[in-house]
Amino acid sequence: MANKKIEFSPEALELVHRIIKRYPEGKQKSAILPILHIAQAEFDGWLSAPVMDYVASILKILPIEVYEVATFYSMFNLKPVGKCLIEVCRTGPCWLMGAEDVVKYIEKKLNIKEGETTKDGMFTLKTVECLAACGSAPMMQVGETYHENLTLEKVDSILQDYKSKGELVTHWDKKHIATNYTNLHE
Amino acid sequence: MAKLLIDNITSSCSLSDYKSYGGYTALEKALKLKPEEIVAEVQKSGLRGRGGAGFPTGMKWSFIAKPEGVPRHLVCNADESEPGTFKDRYLMQHKPHILVEGMIISSYALGANTSYIYIRGEMMFQFHILQNAIDEAYAAGLLGKNILNSGFNLDLHVHCGGGAYICGEETALIESLEGKRGNPRIKPPFPAVKGVWDRPTVVNNVETIAAVVPIINMGGEAYAKIGVGKSTGTKLISASGHINKPGVYEIELGVPVEEFIYSENYCGGIKGGRKLKAVVAGGSSVPILPAELILKTAKGEPRLMTYESLSEGGFATGTMLGSGGFIVMDESTSIVKNLFNFSRFYHHESCGQCSPCREGTMWMEKILRKFLEGRGTSADIDLLWDVQGKIEGKTICPLGDAAAWPVASAIRHFRAEFEEYVKNPQNIKDVRHYYRLNNLQEL
Repeated sequence: MANKKIEFSPEALELVHRIIKRYPEGKQKSAILPILHIAQAEFDGWLSAPVMDYVASILKILPIEVYEVATFYSMFNLKPVGKCLIEVCRTGPCWLMGAEDVVKYIEKKLNIKEGETTKDGMFTLKTVECLAACGSAPMMQVGETYHENLTLEKVDSILQDYKSKGELVTHWDKKHIATNYTNLHE
Repeated sequence: MAKLLIDNITSSCSLSDYKSYGGYTALEKALKLKPEEIVAEVQKSGLRGRGGAGFPTGMKWSFIAKPEGVPRHLVCNADESEPGTFKDRYLMQHKPHILVEGMIISSYALGANTSYIYIRGEMMFQFHILQNAIDEAYAAGLLGKNILNSGFNLDLHVHCGGGAYICGEETALIESLEGKRGNPRIKPPFPAVKGVWDRPTVVNNVETIAAVVPIINMGGEAYAKIGVGKSTGTKLISASGHINKPGVYEIELGVPVEEFIYSENYCGGIKGGRKLKAVVAGGSSVPILPAELILKTAKGEPRLMTYESLSEGGFATGTMLGSGGFIVMDESTSIVKNLFNFSRFYHHESCGQCSPCREGTMWMEKILRKFLEGRGTSADIDLLWDVQGKIEGKTICPLGDAAAWPVASAIRHFRAEFEEYVKNPQNIKDVRHYYRLNNLQEL
């Protein structure tokens, strides 16, 4: 990462500029949240200080304005994470339906504690607050995908799938950058 | 049983599908009316905000300031984060076009030419579904310039959040849409006067905006005939917890709570034939009620799924319809453990602006953790009661109240359970509390 130049891919940069145009002139800062999501997809799933500075330069705002936003919202990773960030819902209904078991099971299976990353850099385990899927509890999110009605057997096969693919998975899925929108209106 | 919002759910959510069962006819009708006539229809319908507060939508619309030369905005609140609530996600995933159609009609009624749907960042999957629906609408001339030759122009954008419960509060949502931390604003000025980028703004929940479509189709008066009293129309209820059939149900307001829990048309009864212990009827923020008070009011009347009936008896014996996040708990549930879970949530989600909420939610979590670890004392129950009382009503936004109410109601109705844990601290460690996924002893 140290010597890699921090720059969006041409497709991402085009997308970013189209998103900025959705907000009134001079209010380009409004685009910060979508752009930080795209930045995580482009730069290994997390936001380093140089990446945030780069986003600030694109939005023509101060770096501190990016830091204060990135530190407020729970979806932005300020430290490196595994290729596959597992987010298990831990709130109310999911808890009632066995979310604690899911967390303990994954901890044991991957030999990490909540908040940690596996040695091979494949998985990071995180617990998160309600993801609005309480009717299909317990559940977890990986990238844009909700895995619902979890059982321990299901967890096994889901983790196996991600491991065999071995790809970086982010909330703003890469496929939505590469293909771009047919018609993203500005 | 009329279904107005989630009828015709098919595997496809395309424009052509939506049109095949009458989609966008309300828009055609609306564009022939004057904007104020649409506001009048919504007022007649008695529609109340479906996000949780239940404020009359038509009245909210009538407050929007109209200074000369200043653009106005409609922002849809799709930041659905209230624990127990998942109806908006369901609606957007399966019927994105009803939201798009509702946004166009509502924007026309408010005189907004640029509108936004603020969806929570975690719902990225639905974000792209909405984006596709919007793209289809542009291609069909339903968005953009001169919509259906009416002379009305509208640009509609979907905007994603970054993970913060507080952004469901409308002024925090506005701050967030401006690219800032989601710190709620002091009101007044209200968003209707000074909202996003200091322009007059209306913020409405997804379900509220979707409901405008059937209201225009059937007329406000006909809509108002559905339901009971001031609880008109249909409501999406997200049912979760220890029930046989969790999911999203569209009910006519007025269904008895008992029927909702036990009927095969809805929740289908308690899982495993166990007994009902308690219900949180409107999302985690509303007071929890024990079985006897959720099924019947203190006066002994059957409790109905309406704004009024659920709040009958005030907080002493009642609760709220809230967002319609209906969480059912069976007899195995530990109310104290569940409360700890909720309090941890509010502590995590407090934006930190107001000291009572920032510090108070931290203390409530800490004290409840003592109970969980078998260290709770009688004095801690009183302390907990004291702390929640010092948060309620003392913060800029309602998150403080939302954090206090579950604590107050748990102590009010289940004090004996707290005391039991003080006497026999081992019990809380042994309590199974939740539904076990597997009988894995080693976990």
